[in-house]
Amino acid sequence: MADTKKNKKESPAKKVVKVEGVPQSFSPKKEEEKKQARIGVLICHCGTNIAGSIDIKALEEYTKTLPNVAFVDNYQYVCSTPGQKKITDAIAQHNLTGTVVAACSPRLHEPTFRTATKEGGLNPFRFEMANIREQNSWVHMHDGEGATEKAKDAVRIAVAKASLLEDLIPKSVLVEKAAMVVGAGVAGMQAALDLANAGIKTYLIETLPTIGGRMSQLDKTFPTLDCSQCILTPKMVDVGRAPNIELMTYTEVDAVEGYIGNFDVTLRKKASGVLSMAQAEAMGISGGGCNGCGDCEPVCPVIKPNDFEMGMKPRKAIYISHPQVVPLLYTIDFDSCVKCGLCVTVCGDKKAIDLEMKDEFVKVKVGTVVLALGFELFPIEKKEEWGYKRFENVITSLEFERLICASGPTGGHLVRPSDGKTPKKVAFILCAGSRDNTGIGKPYCSRFCCMYSLKHAHQIIEKIPGVQPYIFYMDIRSFGKMYEEFYYRIQDEGTKFIRGRVSHILEDPATKNLMVHSDDTLLDQPFRLEADLVVLATAVQPSVDTDRTRKLFGVSCSMDGWLLEAHPKLNPCGTTTAGVFLAGVCQGPKDIPDTVASAEGAASAASIPIHMGEVELEPYFAQCIEEKCAGCGMCVNLCPYKALALIEKEGRTVMEVTEAKCKGCGTCGGFCPGGAIWMQHFATPQIIGQIDAFLLGGAQ
Amino acid sequence: MAEEWKPKIMGIICNWCSYAGADLAGSARTQYPPDIRIIRVMCTGRVDPLFILKAFTDGADGVLVSGCHFGDCHYLEGNFKGAKRMFLVKSLLKNIGLEHKRLRMTFVSASEGAKWAKVVEDVVKTVHELGPSPIKELSK
Ligand SMILES: Cc1cc2nc3c(=O)[nH]c(=O)nc-3n(C[C@H](O)[C@H](O)[C@H](O)COP(=O)(O)OP(=O)(O)OC[C@H]3O[C@@H](n4cnc5c(N)ncnc54)[C@H](O)[C@@H]3O)c2cc1C
Ligand code: FES
Repeated sequence: MADTKKNKKESPAKKVVKVEGVPQSFSPKKEEEKKQARIGVLICHCGTNIAGSIDIKALEEYTKTLPNVAFVDNYQYVCSTPGQKKITDAIAQHNLTGTVVAACSPRLHEPTFRTATKEGGLNPFRFEMANIREQNSWVHMHDGEGATEKAKDAVRIAVAKASLLEDLIPKSVLVEKAAMVVGAGVAGMQAALDLANAGIKTYLIETLPTIGGRMSQLDKTFPTLDCSQCILTPKMVDVGRAPNIELMTYTEVDAVEGYIGNFDVTLRKKASGVLSMAQAEAMGISGGGCNGCGDCEPVCPVIKPNDFEMGMKPRKAIYISHPQVVPLLYTIDFDSCVKCGLCVTVCGDKKAIDLEMKDEFVKVKVGTVVLALGFELFPIEKKEEWGYKRFENVITSLEFERLICASGPTGGHLVRPSDGKTPKKVAFILCAGSRDNTGIGKPYCSRFCCMYSLKHAHQIIEKIPGVQPYIFYMDIRSFGKMYEEFYYRIQDEGTKFIRGRVSHILEDPATKNLMVHSDDTLLDQPFRLEADLVVLATAVQPSVDTDRTRKLFGVSCSMDGWLLEAHPKLNPCGTTTAGVFLAGVCQGPKDIPDTVASAEGAASAASIPIHMGEVELEPYFAQCIEEKCAGCGMCVNLCPYKALALIEKEGRTVMEVTEAKCKGCGTCGGFCPGGAIWMQHFATPQIIGQIDAFLLGGAQ
Repeated sequence: MAEEWKPKIMGIICNWCSYAGADLAGSARTQYPPDIRIIRVMCTGRVDPLFILKAFTDGADGVLVSGCHFGDCHYLEGNFKGAKRMFLVKSLLKNIGLEHKRLRMTFVSASEGAKWAKVVEDVVKTVHELGPSPIKELSK
């Protein structure tokens, strides 16, 4: 505490150390601040991670010869407690003005060493890191000399920057006491319930008319075989009832502004054509609004396939996807509605239907956001050799789930689409489109297909006397708790396992039976099977609107399109956008137990800033050097956040920065023709200092 | 002599995508030539043409600017603005008679560690083909 005060008094936020190019008037400095930079450098061995390729001794000797270096030391693990203490102690002992640690990536340990620098009595922003591990020793493992030369340059560049760094004070902002969860599958529902139970007002946004996601389409769930709807429906009802959850179905995120603590989100409520009872009440239609009676549905003349049933059951233009929908509200699919008005007539006094309804835009402010956008199936017809969409009796695993489910289109009777007969020989093809390096499918493992295919085999044995399931697999991945045991059980029940990749499937045009061509790699011989039905355990991919949505929130994605976590091991729910978190399959394939665990993690992480009430923003703001500013206003249009404006000051036009809006990208600073923009921590003289140190600098 | 020459290449890359991608190449131990020195900025929008010109006048043999893919910039469109400026600098280089290939802008995401290694390899190769920057000779 005392330390921070001391720092504040000595060097307020906007004051800078004298560096070339910054006029005195911008940063009037007291005499004592003018003192020569004194930098302490610590070199980390990281065990042998760094020391294995870089000659630490040579690097240390070299560093001693650099300008402004007042202290150099090396240590096995600088991030350890004794390592950090070396930094803290050196600051006082050697009267340092800045610190440098040559170690791993600043993306990993910059916060650690900033804290150590602060504990030593310096402003934490007087720290600079030289990345000699991720971008050096690890990528030049067999070129010790090249790596050591590169490390010397990296340290020299870092010392140059540290010599020019200034005191900065992070900006604290208040956090709005509300959260948003986007996507209401089991992940989004769990995250919203946790946030709501933690006392946080939560907006739950779902693009479909009902919540529930993919899990509501499943019949049973491995490995316990509990009925999916039975465990999910109570949760759906809880979500619908929770006073702290504002459920917004048939709604999409349209625009996002702001930053952690203060996201201003514009939502597009798609026109559903139907008023809820609350909406009707608000419009003065007492006792009106949709009560889910369903009288409208039979009179509607338009017939469309029901997506929830994978198109295997019809629905009307006014519809609910299934009886358990939450909220229980009909929706009009305006793309197919012919506006005949029959539904309006039967709805009568309830006046729930408005055929002229338009999309509506609403704005909400939240402190943190959880993305739970889920997945969809890879379009497996692209793998033409398996004949999906060409052969009627080749179906996907999700179609199987609907066919075997008692509430599905066939009342739970698994039948062949071609003739409605019960199949006796069923082939399950695993890794259909997953673990596929042909460029057509997905290179990754979809993680739950092995397990649900085992489940599917069990389900047909249970339901169809005399049926024989065959599972074509590459490996069986049964890694979870009680999963391997489940695998043994399915083996014992009589399912036949054939280890081999199915090369192609042919259809007998007369019987519509399928000839499955594979190898049996265990017997080292070809294997052919005439099956009545083929189920493709289809790969999964990010849901259709994931890319647009993630860009609105500034979240990156992996090469395969799944949303990118801040760190795969240590921060799997966070993203590089502060205040935005990930839950469920949108981060990568997960079964339900892992999905729920990740949702609880994301909810907990998203609740922390809200409970803290305040967060600190990195103070990388732009500042205007008014003497140099010609008031041209070019920067004003460059700023994507509208943080800059021209103002009149002392008879001149100059630019002014609204710090709360500035995110510190520096796009204005990269263009200002007069060099009048000072990007804190990335100021022009600091970067030029680095460039000069690299290309001109060297040992004294 | 030609064998001995080690090019001086400056990489100025954004924190969110290319720097993270370069870190990923490290975690995956993807090997590439060590002839590049990195300066980290928050976004390629920060890259002032001045930085590049300063690097070349200081004797750099090559400069690599690398950021997020279009549409992926952490600050929405900093990379568009940065890229526009790079065209400007390239035409300037042409005017003063310096091979514009000495300046390269690439887009490497946080998940493209292997691509980062490839980019550095390419840049090092190009600079090797071009040889030492004539500016270095002139300023001697
Ligand atoms: C055939 C099959 C069988 C399975 N069987 C099992 C099993 O037995 N046991 C098991 O543990 N797991 C099983 N799984 C896996 C399980 O389905 C997933 O783990 C689970 O559904 C993931 O939930 P989620 O909330 O992450 O995603 P989803 O269930 O996909 O939910 C995502 C939700 O977000 C909505 N959404 C998407 N994008 C947006 C947007 N931009 N804006 C607003 N809303 C959006 C979607 O409409 C959806 O409601 C199976 C999967 C399949 C395909
Ligand atoms: S943040 Fe990477 S280019 Fe803008």
